[in-house]
Order: sequence, then structure tokens, then C-alpha cells
Amino acid sequence: MSSDLPSARRLPDGLVAVVKRDCPTCELVAPVLSDLHDRAGLTVITQDDPHFPVDADWVRHDDDLAISWHHDIEVVPTLLRVVEGSEDRRTVGWSRSEWEQFTDLDGLGQGLPDWRPGCGSLSVDPAHADVLAVRFSASGLRSRRVEMAALEDEWEAMWDRGWSDGLPVVPPTEARVLRMLEGTTRDPSEIAAAVPPALVDCSVEKVAVNAVMAGCAPEHLPVVIAAVEATCTDEFNMHGVLATTMSVGPVLVVNGPVAGRIGMNSGINALGQGNRANSTIGRALQLVVRNVGGGWPGGVDRATFGSPAKVGFCFAEDEAGSPWTSLAESRGWREDQSTVTVFAGESPRIFADEKSRSPESLTRHLAQALQATVSPRMMLGMDAMLVLSPDHMARYADAGWSRDRFMDELSAELLCDADELLAGVRGVAAGLPPAAAGRKVPKFRPGGLLVAHAGGPAGLFSAIIGGWANGPRGSDPVTREITP
Amino acid sequence: MTTVLDPTSETAPATRERATRPESLAGLTVGLLDISKPRGNVFLDRVSERLTGLGATVNRYAKPAFSKPAPVDLRHEIATECDAVIEALAD
Repeated sequence: MSSDLPSARRLPDGLVAVVKRDCPTCELVAPVLSDLHDRAGLTVITQDDPHFPVDADWVRHDDDLAISWHHDIEVVPTLLRVVEGSEDRRTVGWSRSEWEQFTDLDGLGQGLPDWRPGCGSLSVDPAHADVLAVRFSASGLRSRRVEMAALEDEWEAMWDRGWSDGLPVVPPTEARVLRMLEGTTRDPSEIAAAVPPALVDCSVEKVAVNAVMAGCAPEHLPVVIAAVEATCTDEFNMHGVLATTMSVGPVLVVNGPVAGRIGMNSGINALGQGNRANSTIGRALQLVVRNVGGGWPGGVDRATFGSPAKVGFCFAEDEAGSPWTSLAESRGWREDQSTVTVFAGESPRIFADEKSRSPESLTRHLAQALQATVSPRMMLGMDAMLVLSPDHMARYADAGWSRDRFMDELSAELLCDADELLAGVRGVAAGLPPAAAGRKVPKFRPGGLLVAHAGGPAGLFSAIIGGWANGPRGSDPVTREITP
Repeated sequence: MTTVLDPTSETAPATRERATRPESLAGLTVGLLDISKPRGNVFLDRVSERLTGLGATVNRYAKPAFSKPAPVDLRHEIATECDAVIEALAD
């Protein structure tokens, strides 16, 4: 890397020390630096005072911190060995034995303490780091720059340009986008997905820009990228999810170690507001669909009602508190993998059962509630997601029911007599065609009911999230691994 | 003054060139794209009759699913075989 840099940012061959006067350890080793110059031709790069440790031609001033930034100097003093323009090795802080070993010289720093830690490099000082990142790496960002006029209010200006979902968005400055991109190891120019409805190629950088606007922290970015990848698949069919008059949007469920690492909420108010990761990850995905894909309400988005969930709907499954395999495991992923599952869903509605003490009773009652999803007379066409609360899960844990047992028993309860649901029965025009008469019909297709566990520790409730047309004519849930 | 990065696709051109409108449909091939909603064919049958009456040749096409965009191949087929296309939504 070093040899690709302009000469002003390259390190000279031989021994090099990077220092600043405003560091007691650098002050302490000032005599050692002169000694090393005399005996081994040391060059000093000084970050603050151009005459530290002495006024000499072997002391170079890194006045714009370009050298320090490009060589990832985090601590001063840093002692480096440079061979043919490339760093061979480095040591940080002051340690007599290490410096002697490093330089092959004896008797360094007589009378000094054996060891002192270094100080932070000016190039990583919070007061400078953002400015340096913009100065030295913003040129790698490809997005068009938009200048706000001096008298424009940033928030109003972004709203006027159509970039917002109606709530304030954080201005995506170069510094903020660069900081966001620190959250992933992926190249900013890499294409994450072709975003519906316009099917426009969307780079990791564009995802980061929208993640900044949504209010994400850098550690949330890998989840947002995986959510964009999952949503922009033919199986999920985001185009259809937008275009339908039904009021669904992408519902995200995060599984695996990443959920805890980024502080996601799977407990009290898990499906609600108040947790930064939950609130902003789903919103970032929707801003990508809006801004990159062009999926605007009233444009391709034709939802009759929409729902508050369409601002962004994302939560983590409570895996630790569940005796069952997780939603992701039920879909073929491993417990140690971090994943995001996207489901075309409505806002959650609450199912209350405060009386059932047996798993059989609760399952029967749940089936009655699930039967009403979208319409009690609509069978097989729509999927749903059920989020069991800890209090309801306890009925199954106490009885030793596994996920498979629960799904089998629930499916049996959801097998309905078609005669009860025929068009015209009990004076309702909607219903099953006459050909279904005399048959048993399941409410959901195989795999069409997704079950997760989340919610606070008190409350004999569960949440039902109604879905949309399933399969090739609609949407299939999609799970993607979250990678760094 | 704040400089921000454009969060959009940046693909919207200032103006978009429209295809030239035909003076008349006589002798032209007109594509009718059925998006596969129920009874769309009934509507398109009538449109087809009227177009044929105007001297146009009518080609019929259908999307596999109304909820998804027309596949690239189908769009290409229509673009290469027709002089004009009518796509309609019906329920």
C-alpha cells in the first residue's frame, strides 16, 4: 500500500518514529530519538510541534496528519522499520527492551524508566478523525454531492427533495456516511441488490447513505444490507408488496448472535418503539426502497390503508428465553448464524388468552384467532406470522411441547370444514367455491405460518401479523445471513 | 452550508424522450398485454375487435402473474414484434 502513496505521504526507508510534543512519553524519550538518529539514522515524524524533539532536517512535520492517517498510526510514539517504502514492523509506546531489540542497539535511554505507555495519535483524536476521513477517503464515495444553500434548513430541504418518509432524516454528510461504512467490511461500490420497483442497482454506499438518514449506527449496517438483499429477491417480490392494495410491508425478524451484539430488543415492547436498532433498521430498508427503488406511496405503492409498520418493522427473536428452536432454525439455519428473515406483513394485532392452562386449550383458541387472519373465509392464499409471548410459551414449555409438536397440533386445529366457509353460507357472499363442499381445508399452506418468540415477561397475549398473497403469485418469506 | 450525499438512484434524467406517436394505427402491429387479472381477457377481446376494425394487426401477450413485473424476455418480445402496445389494469 505504502508504495502507491504520493511521495509526501510515504515513509522514508530505515528507522522512523512518529511522535508529538503533547505526549509525556514522547517528551521522555526525546534524548533516545536524538541518540537513534546519531547511531542509526532515525527520521522523526512530528505531529504537532515542527521542532520536536529538536530543530533538525531529520525531523519532518506531518502538518496535515496525512502520513499518520495513511499509515494507521494510533499511538505515539510509534517506532517503525521501513524497507523499500513498505513498513516491515512497528512497536508502540516506550519499552527499553523492545526498542533495543527492534533497533539492534544496546544502552538506549539510560536513566529512563523501563516502560511507559504511549498516548493517542493526533490522527485518531476525535477532534480530527472525521475531518481526516473526509479529506483522505471521501473521494472514494461515488454518490452525487448535493449542496444545501446557506439559508436552507437541512431537514426541510431533504423533505422538499422527496427523500423522507415523513419523519425527520439525518443529513447524510460525507463524514457520517464514511463512519457508517466502518460498520461493514464490504466495498462501498459493491452492488447489494437491484431495488424494486425501478430495479436500480444499489451499492453498499447507497445503503449506507439511507442508513444514516434512518438514524442507524454503523453496527446496524450489516443487518440493513442483508435485509435489502432479502427484500430485493424475486421470491419476496417487493414490487408486488408495494403495488398491492393490501396494507403489507417488509417485516424483519433478526436471529442469532448479532441481535444481542447490537443491542436489539426482543423483550418488553419488542414490536414497538424505543430501541434504536429495532426502530432504524426497518426504516433504513424502507428508505432504500423509497429513494433508490422509487417505491413511493401513491406511485407504485398502492396500499389502500398502509400501516404504521410500513415506516419500518424490525424486531429480534427472544432465543435465550425460548425452549424451542428459533424461527431461523426452523427455516434451515444454524443457531450460531446471524440472519434476517423478511416477511410481507401487516401491523401486529393482539390475541388474548388469559384462561388456558393446558397447551391444548391455548392451541385451539389460537387457531380460532388465526382463522380470522385477513378474512375468516380466505383459506390457503395468505401466510401469517405468530409471535408467542413468554407467558404463552410457558404453557408449551411446561407441557414439554416442541416446536414440531406445536405446529402439528395447530395445523390440525386449522383444518376447517369447507361447508362452514362456502360462499353464501350464513348470508355472506364471500367464501369457498361450491367445488370445496364436503372437504377439509387448511387455513395455511405448508410453511405458511411463521412462528417466533418475543415480548415482555408479563402478559398472556400473543401477536398475529397477517400476511399477503403467498407463493409465486405473491411473496415468499426470505432469510439471508448477516455477514460483516 | 452542508453538503450531503444523494440517497436516490440518480437515474432520473431531466427530460425523457418519448417514442414518436403514430399518426394512425392502420397497418401497424399493436400488442395487447393481459396482466392476468380475472376477466382482463374479456376487456381485451373487445379492444382487439376495435383495433382490428381500425386496420391494425393485434398480437396478444400475457404476464405470468399480475403481481410481478413482466419478465425481461416478454418485454423484449413485445418491443421487437409490435409498433405500439396497450397495457391495462382491470379487476
